[in-house]
Amino acid sequence: MGSIRAPEKEYKVIGTRPVRHDGEDKVTGRAVYGADVQLPGMLYGKVLRSPYAHARIKSVNTRKAEALEGVKAVVTAADLPDPGDRSANMGELGEVPLKYMSRNVLAADKVLYHGHAVAAVAATSPQIADQALKLIKVDYEVLPPVMDVLQAMRGRPALLHEDLFMDELGKKASQPGNIASHNQFRKGDVAKGFAAADYTLEREYRCATVHQGYIEPQAATAMWNADGQLTLWCTTQGAFTMRGAVHQILGIPLSRLKVIPTEIGGGFGGKIPTYGEAVAALLSRKSRRPVKVVMSRAEVFMATGPTSGSYVKLKMGVTKEGRIVAAEATLVYEAGAYPGSIVGAGGVCMFAPYNIENTTIDMYDVVVNKPKTAAYRAPGAPNSEFATESLIDEFCEMLHVDPLEFRLKNAAREGDLQSHGVPHPKIGFIETVQAARNSEHYRSKLTGSYRGRGVASGYWGNVGLTSSASARVNGDGTVTLREGSVDIGGTRTSIAMQLAEVLGISAYDVIPSVADTDSIGYTEVTGGSRVTFATGWAAYEAAESIKRQMTQHAAEMWKVSPDAVLYEDGRMRVADDDSKQITFKDLARSLYDKGVDVGARVTVTPQGVGGAFATHIADVEVDPETGKVTVLRYTAVQDAGRAIHPSYVEGQMQGGVAQGIGWALNEEYVYNDAGQMLNASFLDYRMPTSLDLPMIETIIVEVPNPGHPFGVRGVGEVPIVPPQAALANAIYRAVGVRLRDLPMSPPRVASALEAKS
Amino acid sequence: MPGKIRVSTIVNGEDKEFLCEPYQTLLEVLRDELKLTGTKEGCSNGNCGACSVILNGLLVNSCLVLAAEAEGGRIETIEGLRAPEGLHPIQQAFLENAALQCGICTPGFIMAAKGLLDKNPSPTEAEIRHWCAGNLCRCTGYDKIVRAILDAEHRMTVQG
Repeated sequence: MGSIRAPEKEYKVIGTRPVRHDGEDKVTGRAVYGADVQLPGMLYGKVLRSPYAHARIKSVNTRKAEALEGVKAVVTAADLPDPGDRSANMGELGEVPLKYMSRNVLAADKVLYHGHAVAAVAATSPQIADQALKLIKVDYEVLPPVMDVLQAMRGRPALLHEDLFMDELGKKASQPGNIASHNQFRKGDVAKGFAAADYTLEREYRCATVHQGYIEPQAATAMWNADGQLTLWCTTQGAFTMRGAVHQILGIPLSRLKVIPTEIGGGFGGKIPTYGEAVAALLSRKSRRPVKVVMSRAEVFMATGPTSGSYVKLKMGVTKEGRIVAAEATLVYEAGAYPGSIVGAGGVCMFAPYNIENTTIDMYDVVVNKPKTAAYRAPGAPNSEFATESLIDEFCEMLHVDPLEFRLKNAAREGDLQSHGVPHPKIGFIETVQAARNSEHYRSKLTGSYRGRGVASGYWGNVGLTSSASARVNGDGTVTLREGSVDIGGTRTSIAMQLAEVLGISAYDVIPSVADTDSIGYTEVTGGSRVTFATGWAAYEAAESIKRQMTQHAAEMWKVSPDAVLYEDGRMRVADDDSKQITFKDLARSLYDKGVDVGARVTVTPQGVGGAFATHIADVEVDPETGKVTVLRYTAVQDAGRAIHPSYVEGQMQGGVAQGIGWALNEEYVYNDAGQMLNASFLDYRMPTSLDLPMIETIIVEVPNPGHPFGVRGVGEVPIVPPQAALANAIYRAVGVRLRDLPMSPPRVASALEAKS
Repeated sequence: MPGKIRVSTIVNGEDKEFLCEPYQTLLEVLRDELKLTGTKEGCSNGNCGACSVILNGLLVNSCLVLAAEAEGGRIETIEGLRAPEGLHPIQQAFLENAALQCGICTPGFIMAAKGLLDKNPSPTEAEIRHWCAGNLCRCTGYDKIVRAILDAEHRMTVQG
């Protein structure tokens, strides 16, 4: 694993690789995940789902189910308050019409996708609950499904929502349709840009709908007490976001609802929305018992957020010297059943690695009869950047230019204006390309038939948002750290390390834990690559406060001014007076004995977000008969800003690459003509296994983010962006076919090879 | 409907008797009856390996085994791996190689690795990748998991 470190600062804790604090719980089976919650008297909840992709619900009869022995409650949308026209503030997700959130939890008048929840049952065993579901009679009027974004936009397709009027560049359309919105970014003058270009290419790219594929299905346990207090244990990326959503969907006061986040078995964006949590709460209220609702794998695929399938049309103009002078793109993204795809982020990221003077990007958000899409790791970016990075490769070939040299020539730098009009802060894109160019992998020669090497770069903006941490010094000199961010991949440790660095103590002397919504300040979701950046910042501030307090106490003890006390490496001392020195631990012990409490509570909303860039190199071999693509070697280069815990930075890079490879080569939602999903299992929705992948080499580049005390940028998302194009480009170089539709599955590759010959 | 079935087993070295319905899987009984929730459910149809346990020396997906089939059997789950003197070398290797992120697949992977190393104390990387292809991980890209198993192999050889 390579690393190119920024040399200017020496750290004692940051950059080391301690064993994570929650590690032992997780290798011994002790850690409690969503479905592991067990409460006395608990019932099992199950959800009845629509067999149709699009239908009107004429009636729902639950009488027979209610009469079944062992059934304690049955609920439908009639048990939810009328959402009216109110909107819910969903933090990172912005203002969301409450009706969409509510109807997605339990359908009211229409079902909008195969698997849409219609009713739910709580019973004394999962088997009785399943039997009861079969006794619920739903009368449907089946409607034609709309499954493709272009089909949804053109002609006279069926309408998913009779009251959806497109927001067309800020103006409301007069007729309802399936396009929720059309937005545009314009910079410079593309007509002028294309006129200056020596070469212009225009291509179309498609991405299939894909799923986050976390291994732990959604699970929620609700206990609604007689006093009206609701406690919810669930596997969520954001306890506060979940609290907000459930509070608004159920119409209950925020203060009556406590969310206790369990350990979370993967999310990747898919565990931000609310599904069974509100249902479990309704069932608990009705049955007056705790109720656990755990999704099956099929339910996860059919009813939780996949990410948008998409259509992208891209035109680029390049001079004979290899400068990109104009780019024009149309992005059409599936929102799923309700408006709100992440097409905007696709637009923001699409050209971000490059300094292109003239760009226009049109973005359409389109509803189709698929589950409401959710975020998925760098949401929206892989779809659009696949197009950019693929088309660039065609220009490189045309101009006989090394693809990394081409990228260096066009690379964006600090101050360059992005497509949406915002200048880049200090960024490290060029450094990733240079590191890729200098890597042993890129300098090595790839030999053999049907083999090719592709490269691609990628960008994701990352986010800041609000985070909280609280810390208390213990009598034994350790520090207990509570944080609001759910830990999905070792962030307890990357946050604790920042606190330890400031205090000059060992990472192992910090005891981190994730707090519930009653016990910590507001904290946004674990997403946007923000936790080590923002929650780490909160821990940094808490540590600075503790340092000041400890210094003050030492000063009082020595009867000197606090300014005279030096704090270094976990010790306080007075300069030129050897009699006045004490370790953090000794002072902690003495303060504890005196009954003095030292601690800090911090909430921050940091603004200095640093964007993340990556450049990847892929070697593939294509089986000319079956079309199967084997990844022979893969290197991911990424600017981490500062790698707090390099092992977990590498892990994020490797995991993102693996997901990107799955997206590129195999994964897709398969539907029949009736809009029913045909592959809702891990057997048929083919994610990469250990046998499908090589070791994934990583090179961490560190161009510190000036907007963070330790230079952190956030690392989780960008590594999923380059693989799709890196592999498409590698396949082209291996066998001479350009694939522009994902996934590049064996049948697709084989038929492209056949068409070529 | 027939009544519940009485089943006698040895779980992690201790005698365990339980009653189960004929249709209940070993996974359900481990989790819901014996409260051994370290064994995870990811798919319930044998495609993810999160529920891997060792039954009579054989690595199985406990979601594909009926609980009644375990009669007279020896079951090893993640909860039984740690010895009183400390973590099993596979567990230690997973920790030190940062081979887990969210951790939900970890118990299954560790049991799968044990199943492999019990049979073949010195597998190659390719053998590890082949053996573990029944265990899905969505976080790590498998790199650090494979390295951890190679490291565990080394630790176990050294420790004899």
